Amino acid sequence: MKKCVGVLALQGAFREHRQVLEQLGCDVVEVRRTSDLEKVHGLIIPGGESTTIGKLLKIDGIGDKIKELGAKDLPIFGTCAGMILLSKTIIDSDQYSLNLMDTVVERNAFGRQVASFETDLFVPALGSNSLRAVFIRAPYLREVAPNVGILAEYEGKIVFAREGNLLASAFHPELTSDQRVHKYFLDMIDEHWSK
Amino acid sequence: MTDIASLKVKTGLAEMLKGGVIMDVTTPEQAIIAEEAGACAVMALERVPSDIRAEGGVARMADPKIIQSIMAVVSIPVMAKARIGHFVEARILEALGADYIDESEVLTPADDSYHIDKHDFKVPFVCGCRNLGEALRRIGEGAAMIRTKGEPGTGNVVEAVRHMRTVMSEIRALTLMPKEELMAAAKNMGAPYDLVLYIAENGKLPVVNFAAGGIATPADAALMMHLGCDGIFVGSGIFKSGDPRARAKAIVLATTHYKDAKMLAEISKDLGQAMSGIEISTLTDSQRMQERGW
Repeated sequence: MKKCVGVLALQGAFREHRQVLEQLGCDVVEVRRTSDLEKVHGLIIPGGESTTIGKLLKIDGIGDKIKELGAKDLPIFGTCAGMILLSKTIIDSDQYSLNLMDTVVERNAFGRQVASFETDLFVPALGSNSLRAVFIRAPYLREVAPNVGILAEYEGKIVFAREGNLLASAFHPELTSDQRVHKYFLDMIDEHWSK
Repeated sequence: MTDIASLKVKTGLAEMLKGGVIMDVTTPEQAIIAEEAGACAVMALERVPSDIRAEGGVARMADPKIIQSIMAVVSIPVMAKARIGHFVEARILEALGADYIDESEVLTPADDSYHIDKHDFKVPFVCGCRNLGEALRRIGEGAAMIRTKGEPGTGNVVEAVRHMRTVMSEIRALTLMPKEELMAAAKNMGAPYDLVLYIAENGKLPVVNFAAGGIATPADAALMMHLGCDGIFVGSGIFKSGDPRARAKAIVLATTHYKDAKMLAEISKDLGQAMSGIEISTLTDSQRMQERGW
């Protein structure tokens, strides 16, 4: 199956996700309006400013449509701001959430930009080689429900997790050349559509 | 191995700001309005460019208290301006925890020959440019983000358009040149050769490029996005207008939906008075901030 993957293109690093997906042989749709979601087999919510993207999700009912599709098991992958937007609880904030993942997220949890970093992250689900992970004013998951699988932790903090059709990373796999995280998400899409 | 302040981490924040609007603010109240309107970051300063222009005198880094009071009330990144070449102002901003430093021609230059060595800082820098050579000199010095200079505080987009078109057409020209011409091109534009090679091979800047200087309406923002910039800085255009709240929100929407003319028509309605602009030809040479930078 030729996969068609949507990348939410309201604000943030959507172009980088697009490039990785195209390198992996997918058709890519930049999603700005509700109608852009019609044909997609999966959706990536990129890094950016979660408050900005949250406000733009209220336009044209696009956020509601994503909620509806996510609840119907459409595979969705959120990176950084995307992780924040997927989480049901955002600590100390009343900002918009898609309210899909049973997780509690803390924003800017490692500190301001001067504390941003890149590191070698061990992700057992992706094999024995570590992954270079870039964290930029990154969040992490303070708590997750029992049905959420933890894929990676950094210094005891949950930075990569999956709940059924939903995947969330605090880091930015689109900024490095290692494509394993995107391949993992594409496998989730295959799994879902072969059911 | 964990690496803080790598180039990837510095340029990465700018990547996350793409498709967004960065707004000049001078008070915590304005910062909250900007965040509520959907700004992806704010620039904390003491006076917006049009006031700096009107009041004259030496414009310097803002009082740290202003910057801290703005950092305290918003969750989005907070940028701040240092004078060209004033590395001590930059150190102060870094110590305050500013998320980005704008080494800016809007302030009065502190050094008339040299810019800051930006590689030497943990905090990333954005710098202005009028052409590709200037952009590449700043990137060579360590800037992790570039913006056009435009003519700040005028509400007149013509200079930003000129600078964006110049940068884009110079990039296109390099991609068409045979390799033996690139060294002479580097010499002529005063740009580091390795960066000229990068542009020739990749057809784009190695860092994010925003538009700035004179953007006053949603249509201005959409115009700049069409010309190929990655996002928008709005200085005086919001808080010197009749209805900052509505205008800020409209410019955010226009930056996302810049290709959708029907939507632009909707969001351009009822925004009140735009800031009154200045015709560029009425400025004397010493009033042109864009000439600052070397």
